[in-house]
Amino acid sequence: MDSIKDRGYSHSNVLVSTDWVAENLANPNVRIIESNEDQLLYKTGHIPGAVEVDWVNDLNDQLVRDYLQQSQFEELASNLGISKDTTLVFYGDKNNWWAAYALWVFRLFGHTNSKIMDGGRLKWEKEGRELTREVPSYKPSSYEAQSRDDSSYRAFRDDVLKHLGTGGQLVDVRSPEEFSGERLHMPDYPNEGALRGGHIPGAKSIPWARAINPENGTFKTADELRAIYEDEKGLKPNEEVIAYCRIGERSSHTWFVLHYLLGYDKVRNYDGSWTEWGNSVGVPIEK
Amino acid sequence: MSRFPGSLQTIIDEFKAIDDANMRGELLIEFADKFIDVPETIAKRPFPKTHLVPGCESEAYIWCTKLDDGGLKFHFAVENPHGVSAKSLAVILDEGLSGHNADEILGLSEELVYEIFGRNISMGKGQGLMGMVAMVRGLAMQQRAAQL
Repeated sequence: MDSIKDRGYSHSNVLVSTDWVAENLANPNVRIIESNEDQLLYKTGHIPGAVEVDWVNDLNDQLVRDYLQQSQFEELASNLGISKDTTLVFYGDKNNWWAAYALWVFRLFGHTNSKIMDGGRLKWEKEGRELTREVPSYKPSSYEAQSRDDSSYRAFRDDVLKHLGTGGQLVDVRSPEEFSGERLHMPDYPNEGALRGGHIPGAKSIPWARAINPENGTFKTADELRAIYEDEKGLKPNEEVIAYCRIGERSSHTWFVLHYLLGYDKVRNYDGSWTEWGNSVGVPIEK
Repeated sequence: MSRFPGSLQTIIDEFKAIDDANMRGELLIEFADKFIDVPETIAKRPFPKTHLVPGCESEAYIWCTKLDDGGLKFHFAVENPHGVSAKSLAVILDEGLSGHNADEILGLSEELVYEIFGRNISMGKGQGLMGMVAMVRGLAMQQRAAQL
């Protein structure tokens, strides 16, 4: 199904097509932002006019394991030359995994006018569209962000424990091997940076990439997504959901799917994820 | 004293001389741009999983052959078209180690990844790249064992 509007999403306006991006390259009210796993990828070529937001260096505090504080986010936004009214379009590699992560962090600071380019970098490349190595420069802006709101879309370990105690819905979006606690074939390296393998008791295993059409990186239709999350896995849209993975990156992709595409109101991302849970003393684990 | 075998130390010294992260990135891309896929005389798709680097998200494969003078030659494939770091490291390993014999390569350390990419590389990517280094060393060990 080519038209995003026809796919039945609850908030179809959070996705834009590659065509839309191509038509808005020169739109001063639009800022295109690339966010990748591989920090070199942007430099090898990107959508003309696109800036880069690197998840390691730009979104995370460099000392404490946490996201930016308000002033740091304002500095980032200023460097990107954006205002609160700027339409941000995130895209990237790995089926927009990091793009969704960046959008989620921007959402914590109240930037609601954010979208994802459906299909991400893969689709743009497959369509033979222009890439450039020229890094754009935008005049720094003045951006006053709200203080970071962790209450709506972010869950901490204690929130998860409380949620667990009430039988709340949990979605483990990692691979089946990570979910089962099977050891990786990496000698001398602990499994996913955690001392224990397995998953949070009661979590449903729904690998994040099931939401994607692998041939072009686009999101599946709402009906197809409901068939996975609701018919097959039994998620109830009106009840709270907490998604997690290893460090909260893949689960931000699932957060995007559940919250925006399927319209779930109460979805949070547990970014401490398995690197916190699997290293915590005394928390319950299931294999 | 060189901590890394072969011409690899020269390449590492080149990276060490760069303080600026952007310039380091440019140099890494220069290496990645030189990437050449494994020749079909060595391996054809679909590649056997025995040559797949464990834990590498870029789906890197590595082969090792012996040159006439006894030196080793490493060949690489990176199946993820977005695996720029893997391609870059592949070229560095090839340029730095190919032509050297197995004994010179056995001391190769995964520390190389930090020397090249810096310390703030993500855990997932770091593990994949270290897996490439470990496989190169393992293939050199196999070649050495075959000589005995």
